[in-house]
Amino acid sequence: MDAVVAPGSIDGVQAGPEGSSAEPLEFRDATKRYPGSPTPAVDGLTLEVAAGEICVLVGPSGCGKTTAMRMVNRMIDITSGDILLGGRSVKDRKPAELRRHIGYVIQQIGLFPHRTIADNVATVPKLLGWDKRRIVERVDELLELVGLDPHEMRDRYPSQLSGGQRQRVGVARALAVDPPVMLMDEPFGAIDPINRERLQNEFLRLQAELRKTIIFVTHDIDEAIKMGDRIAIMQTGGRLAQYAPPAELLMAPANEFVEDFVGADRALKRLALQRVRDIDLWTVATCRVGEPVAEVRVRLEDADLDFPLLVDEQHRPIGWLSERALTGERVREELRSRADPIVELDDILRDALSDLLARDSMYGPVVDADGRTVGVLSIQVISHAVGGRGAAEVASAPDRAP
Amino acid sequence: MSLPLAIIAQGGGFVRSRAGETGCPGNDGICLNWILDHLDRYQTPFIEHVYISVVPVAIGFAIALSLGLLAHRLRWLITPLTGLTSALYTVPSIAAFLLLLPVTGRGNDTAIVALTAYTLVIIFRNVITGLAGVPKDSIDAARGMGLTSRQLLFGVELPLALPEILAGLRIAAATTVGLAAFAYLAGAGGLGRNIDSNITFKGNVLVCGVLLTLLAAALDLTVLTFQRFVTPWRRAASS
Repeated sequence: MDAVVAPGSIDGVQAGPEGSSAEPLEFRDATKRYPGSPTPAVDGLTLEVAAGEICVLVGPSGCGKTTAMRMVNRMIDITSGDILLGGRSVKDRKPAELRRHIGYVIQQIGLFPHRTIADNVATVPKLLGWDKRRIVERVDELLELVGLDPHEMRDRYPSQLSGGQRQRVGVARALAVDPPVMLMDEPFGAIDPINRERLQNEFLRLQAELRKTIIFVTHDIDEAIKMGDRIAIMQTGGRLAQYAPPAELLMAPANEFVEDFVGADRALKRLALQRVRDIDLWTVATCRVGEPVAEVRVRLEDADLDFPLLVDEQHRPIGWLSERALTGERVREELRSRADPIVELDDILRDALSDLLARDSMYGPVVDADGRTVGVLSIQVISHAVGGRGAAEVASAPDRAP
Repeated sequence: MSLPLAIIAQGGGFVRSRAGETGCPGNDGICLNWILDHLDRYQTPFIEHVYISVVPVAIGFAIALSLGLLAHRLRWLITPLTGLTSALYTVPSIAAFLLLLPVTGRGNDTAIVALTAYTLVIIFRNVITGLAGVPKDSIDAARGMGLTSRQLLFGVELPLALPEILAGLRIAAATTVGLAAFAYLAGAGGLGRNIDSNITFKGNVLVCGVLLTLLAAALDLTVLTFQRFVTPWRRAASS
């Protein structure tokens, strides 16, 4: 049926400088209909994935997300419509040849139990007829890339590895010929929560370096939000409900289904997506001990907050001044309270909010990487940023100032 | 049974002459000295027995494996082929030898044809079970990485089905060694003729029994050794 690629074939010769640069991927009204089934498995899916981006397909079981993914490498053939990879229709390419240039990772990983780790990783390079030395070097390089010791792992069999190690080998195997596109079907689904978190982070770090175009399938909205540059939420009947970056999805769900699917806590989820530097902070009047009070009062006029923040010579926050500190001519060091909690610009909003709540505080000074005060983060600011009612109510609660 | 068998077998009487024997052989006992003195009489039948056991198993393996691979590709063939090979297996061996006589005549050929037929169902079934037992995720990953059907079969499916297939081969070998003891009914050689010729002489039957057991064990061990050699990952899994 399919041509067997022998060493030295066209594929083998081209194997030289291939790969690395990611390619864009486009679904054009892609539809999969199974004979005898009243509804299509995938119904007119249209979406574009930019080169180097992670597109997460997410939805309840039976929504067609895996089917959609498997249409890309023709594990499932499209009934109508098209899928373009780097501008070329996948229908114009031989399935086996197409698949060798698309990384493929599945939930159960599917390592070959009868082959060593090195042989598993070398699967596609061997199909493409790479020479032995190049394969050996590449295998070691890949194992190191995914955080495994080549000397220790090379000659082991999959049954001798832990779940997390197998998953890493699966990723290494998929990356073997540096394919421009990767398909990942619940790759972390079978891993325990603690290791899953670690593998997700590792993978995101890897992706920041490799910049592959990735189709990532999951049923877990939290994983989708974490992993995706863009998320395609699919609903039963194989229809695309919404395709948007995570923040937009959480802020403006396109319909009730999406709203339900992202969950009642979608405002809280948005907190995890934004950093303090992404939102408009309150301005604050800063002052030093010994400054003329009149100047401070002028500054207070323009500030969002009614009381000044005492800072040191390096502009680092010391604490909030009391009214009495401003009664004389010069600013005295009379504090209402310390400046806790101090928030950093790079903090995730969720963590910053957690700090505020933990200290029973409505606001805290924000500092840059050098510790210099740049503004104030308040619960009201956060509430405004995530645009959720629930958060607004918290902010309008009686001011229990620090 | 002994009357028609005696007619067909026509043989007998060559293990010892009963005339004038006294002592242990005369009493049909287990006689160590007699056995040691007469072991050479079992050499040719034993070699014949190896021949009429190994050849059917080898041919049967080739046929059953081919049928198994064919049915793996054309799945609708599994049911009819299982039925056919099972039907062959249900024909009583003695009847099979007799039924084949008009076709293949007396001799080893008849025995080999019949014994081959018996191995088919055992090996065929194990080939099918073995291939069906290959982890689905390995197959999916293999296809997803661009292995062709042939590369998938020879590179992934067959190697992973091998333990099951070889298990079938071992059962077939042991069964055939035993069944071949009846092959003398079709005029073939083998230890069956020795047993039949002096079935009341315990020493004789014991020697034949031990030789048959050793042969079966040797064949089993050969396949097992081969299996260990070609499936190193199985040992890794258990260590």
